[in-house]
Amino acid sequence: MGATRIPGNITQGSTAKGGIGESTLRPDGTLKVTGEFAYSSDMWHEDMLWGFTLRSPHAHAEIKSIDTSEALAQAGVYAVLTYDDLPTDVKNYGLEIQDTPVLAHGRVRHHGEPVALVAADHPETARRAAAKIKVEYVQLPVVHDEQTALAEDAPLLHPGRDDHHAGHVPHPNVVHRQPIHRGDVAAARARADVIVSGEYVVGMQDQAFLGPESGLAVPAEDGGVDLYIATQWLHSDLRQIAPVLGLPPEKVRMTLSGVGGAFGGREDLSMQIHACLLALRTGKPVKIVYNRFESFFGHVHRHPAKLWYEHGATKDGKLTHMRCRIVLDGGAYASASPAVVGNASSLSVGPYVIDDVEIEAVALYTNNPPCGAMRGFGAVQACFAYEAQMDKLAAELGMDPVEFRRLNAMSQGTLLPTGQVVDSPAPVAELLRRIKAMPLPPERQWETAGESADVRALPGGLSNTTHGEGVVRGVGYAVGIKNVGFSEGFDDYSTARVRLEVVGGEPVAVVHTAMAEVGQGGVTVHAQIARTELGVTQVTIHPADTQVGSAGSTSASRQTYVTGGAVKNTCEAVREKVLELGRARFGSYHPAWATAELLLESGKVVTDGGEVLADLVEVLEGEAIDLELEWRHRPTEAFDLHTGQGNGHVQYSFAAHRAVVEVDTELGLVKVVELACAQDVGRALNPLSVVGQIQGGTTQGLGLAVMEEIVVSKEAKVRNPSFTDYLIPTILDTPTIPVDVLELADEHAPYGLRGIGEAPTLSSTPAVVSAIRAATGLALNRVPVRPEHLTGT
Amino acid sequence: MRLTFTVNGRQQEADDVWEGESLLYVLRERMGLPGSKNACEQGECGSCTVRLDGVPVCACLVAAGQVQDREVVTVEGLADYARQRAEGGCGTGACGTSLDDAKRWQSKPADGRTGEAGAFPQQLSAIQRAFIDAGAVQCGFCTPGLLVAADELLERNASPSDEDIREALSGNLCRCTGYEKILDAVRLAAARTEEAV
Ligand code: FES
Ligand code: FES
Repeated sequence: MGATRIPGNITQGSTAKGGIGESTLRPDGTLKVTGEFAYSSDMWHEDMLWGFTLRSPHAHAEIKSIDTSEALAQAGVYAVLTYDDLPTDVKNYGLEIQDTPVLAHGRVRHHGEPVALVAADHPETARRAAAKIKVEYVQLPVVHDEQTALAEDAPLLHPGRDDHHAGHVPHPNVVHRQPIHRGDVAAARARADVIVSGEYVVGMQDQAFLGPESGLAVPAEDGGVDLYIATQWLHSDLRQIAPVLGLPPEKVRMTLSGVGGAFGGREDLSMQIHACLLALRTGKPVKIVYNRFESFFGHVHRHPAKLWYEHGATKDGKLTHMRCRIVLDGGAYASASPAVVGNASSLSVGPYVIDDVEIEAVALYTNNPPCGAMRGFGAVQACFAYEAQMDKLAAELGMDPVEFRRLNAMSQGTLLPTGQVVDSPAPVAELLRRIKAMPLPPERQWETAGESADVRALPGGLSNTTHGEGVVRGVGYAVGIKNVGFSEGFDDYSTARVRLEVVGGEPVAVVHTAMAEVGQGGVTVHAQIARTELGVTQVTIHPADTQVGSAGSTSASRQTYVTGGAVKNTCEAVREKVLELGRARFGSYHPAWATAELLLESGKVVTDGGEVLADLVEVLEGEAIDLELEWRHRPTEAFDLHTGQGNGHVQYSFAAHRAVVEVDTELGLVKVVELACAQDVGRALNPLSVVGQIQGGTTQGLGLAVMEEIVVSKEAKVRNPSFTDYLIPTILDTPTIPVDVLELADEHAPYGLRGIGEAPTLSSTPAVVSAIRAATGLALNRVPVRPEHLTGT
Repeated sequence: MRLTFTVNGRQQEADDVWEGESLLYVLRERMGLPGSKNACEQGECGSCTVRLDGVPVCACLVAAGQVQDREVVTVEGLADYARQRAEGGCGTGACGTSLDDAKRWQSKPADGRTGEAGAFPQQLSAIQRAFIDAGAVQCGFCTPGLLVAADELLERNASPSDEDIREALSGNLCRCTGYEKILDAVRLAAARTEEAV
C-alpha cells in the first residue's frame, strides 16, 4: 500500500462532452465503478491509529466518575480522552445553538451520547479498551414526549439556556416556537359547509446513507491538522471544529473525501472533532469509521411529529380555512430544530390557496435521540398531514380527490401564510393533471398475465405468501411544496474559483469549490456549466476543500442553484477577462471585437453571428485566468416571531405522486406496484441526474410510508439500530417509478432551474398511504404503516 | 496469523491477522483494496459483496481465516475477471493476472486521475460500463457490491427478466437511486452482451 490514500483531481472532457441540458455522465463514474473512488472510510495513512467512541448506555444520567486507567494500560492504546482533556474553553458545538458537548460533561442527555475516546493501533484494540473505561452513572428521569417535557416539574434538558430562542419560548424544553396568523379564521370557519380535523403521527426516520461516518485526521508540522472527511458543508464543520481545538481556522485544513450519501444526516458534526483531538494528542494520523450500529447513534434523524389539523370547505369545494399545530421532537440537542420549525410552519398549508390560517409549530427538547436535517426538512411531516386532510375533505364533499386539489391549487401570485407572494411558476394543478393522466398499470396481473405472471410481484414477494387471494388494489394521490435554499434571512452564498489555462495545447477549465458532492451529481453539473460558459471541452474538478471560500451546505435542494450559480458567475467573469485579453491582443484586426456580442464556443472566440475571431489558446497565450468570487441569491427575511409574516423563502419546488398499491388484507402486507411522479424542475441541467434524484427521493418517501422507523422506548432508548431491524426499501420493495418532468423556468434562478432533491420525498409518503386507505378503507393516521395497522391485530 | 489467498488472480499474503478480522477488513485495510464497501458490517447491505471461489458472499461475514488458499474476486478485479471469462479463460480468476493488469487495479497515485467515462471502455466490464451509462451511480457506495452481484447474475443468466434481476439484487441496498436505473443498467449490460455475441 502507498503511504496515503486521499482524494485527488478529476478531469473530464476528452471523450465526454456536454453543456447544460445534456445528460452528461458523471466525471467520477469510472472511479466509482472500479472501486478506486476514495471514500472517507477508505482514507489510509501509514502509521495511522484507529479511534473509537465510548457512548452512553442511558438516555439520561449523571456521570459520577470516569476511570480510564485500565483502558490506558492496555497494550496498543495510545490515548484515552474525556471531557477533562478538552484543550480549550470551547467544549460545545452546534449548527445554530452551541448546546452539544464534544464529550459529555457530568451528564448524558440521550442514548448513545459520546463520553470518551480511545486511539489504538487496531480497531478491535480500541473497542476493547473502550469497554474497560469505567463510567459510574446515576440514572435520571427522562422526558420523551410533549406531556413529559412540558410538565411543571419536568427535568430541564438545558437549564439556564441563553440562546437566541430562549427568550420567546413558552417553556425551556421548547427549542423554538413559530406561530403564523393570517386572515380571520373565525369568520372563514363560519362560511365552511364541512369541517374535518385529524391527528397525524410521523415516526422517526433515519437518513441511512450507506457510507458510514468516517474520516482521517493527520497532525501537521505547523501544529495544525489535515482532516479528510465526509460532510455536507466543510466550512460549517470548520467553524465548529477550530475553536474546540484552539486552532485558527487556517490551521484546520479540511478536504472532502468520497461521501456515501448524506440526506441531511451529515449536516451536524459526528467524528470530526474527535478524530482531530486524538490526532493532536497522539501526534499520529487517526482514522475513525463508525459501523452501522454506531452510525444510528452518530447522526441526527428526521423529527418524529404529532400534527393536529382542521380544514373547512364550502359545498362547491373551496377551502375556507386551516388551523394546525405541529409538535416536532427535537431530542436532546438543538441541531437544526429551529429551522425545521420554520419550514414546518411556513409550509404547513401545502400548495393550496387558503387565506385564513392559524398555525403553530414547536420543537421540543427531550431525552430522545437528537433530530435535525433530513431530506424534506419539516415539509415532509406537514405534507403527510395536509394531504390526508385533502382526501378526507374530498370524501366528505363527495368530490374526486384530484379535482378537489386542483380546485384549490396555488399558482403564481398566491400568498403563502407568511404573506410572501409566490413569484415564479407554481404549476400545482398541471402536475396533478399530468399524474392523473398517466396510464395505470394492469390490474390483477397474476390473473391476466397467464404464463408470464410472477408471484414475486405480489405482496409478500419472494416469501410467496399469496397467489392473489385477499389482495386488493388502491390508488392514491398527493402533492407537496418544498422551499429551496436556506430561508429566514440566512446569508446563503456560495463561492467558486475558476481557472482557465492551456494545458498540452488545449484550453482547460479548473473548477474549484467547497461544495460537498454527496452523490447528487453537483460535480457533473459544474463541468457542464464550465463547458457552456467557457466553450471548453476539458474540465478538471478540483477536490472540495477549505482552501477556497464556503459553498454553503449540500442541503435544502440548494447546490445546483447556489454553487451552480456561483460557478456560472465566476465563469462569466473569467470570460470577460478572456475577451479583454483578446481585445488587447487582436482587437485591431477585426472591428467585431469592439462591436459584436462575443461568445466562447468550441475553444474559440466567436461573434453572436457565429464568426470566429480567435482561438482561445492564442488569446490566452500561456496566461492563466484565475478568479474566485462569491455569489448570492435574492435575500430573504426572518419570520415575525408573533405573526409569522415575512418574505422568508427563496424558491419553491413542487412534485406530485400517484401511488398504486396492492394489499394482502389477511397478512397486512403492502406491495407498491407503481409510484409515478410529476415534478417541475424549472430547467433540467442534467436530465438523467434529475430523474435519478426524483426516483431516489420518491423511494425514501416510500420507506417512510411503509417500513422505516427508529423505534424509541419510553425510556428513550433506541431499539433497532441495525439494518436487520431498521428496514429501508430493497429493490424488491421498490416499484417502477415513471417520471414526468416539467420545465417552467424560474426567472430569478440561474438558467431558470429549480432545486429538485427534496420535493419528491414529500408527496411520495402521503400518496402511498392514500392508496393503502383506498384499498383497505382504514383511516391510517400514522406512518410508517405496519402490517398490524392493516390487520387490526 | 499469516493468511495466504488469491485476490483477483494474484496471490496475496497478510501477516499478523487477528483471528476476529473479516475478509472485508483484510481486503480494505491490509491489502489496499478498499473497493469493497463497509456500509453495515452486519451482512445486511451487500456493499461488501465479493466472489469467493466464484460464489457471491458478504465479505464482512467471512472470517479472514476461512479464505486461506481460496480465490477472491473484488470489484477491483471485476473487469479482468469479465474479460477472461469472455476470452473463455478461467472463470474463477485463478489463472492469474499479468503484472500490468494488476497495477491498474492497485491503488493509483492520488493526482491526475481521469474520471473519463469513455476513456478506457475496453478496461471496464460490460456491467461497469452500463452502470455509468444508465446513471445507476449516485454516491456510488452501493455500486461495487451491486456490480459483483449483477455480474454474477449475468454470468448465470444472460437475459434475466426484471423479476430475476430484483431477486438477484435483493441483498444489495442502495439509498440514492430508487433502483430504477440499476435495473436499467443490468438490462443494458445484458442487451449489449447479447448484441456482441
Ligand atoms: S458491509 Fe457486508 S453486508 Fe453490509
Ligand atoms: S448510489 Fe448511493 S447508495 Fe447506491
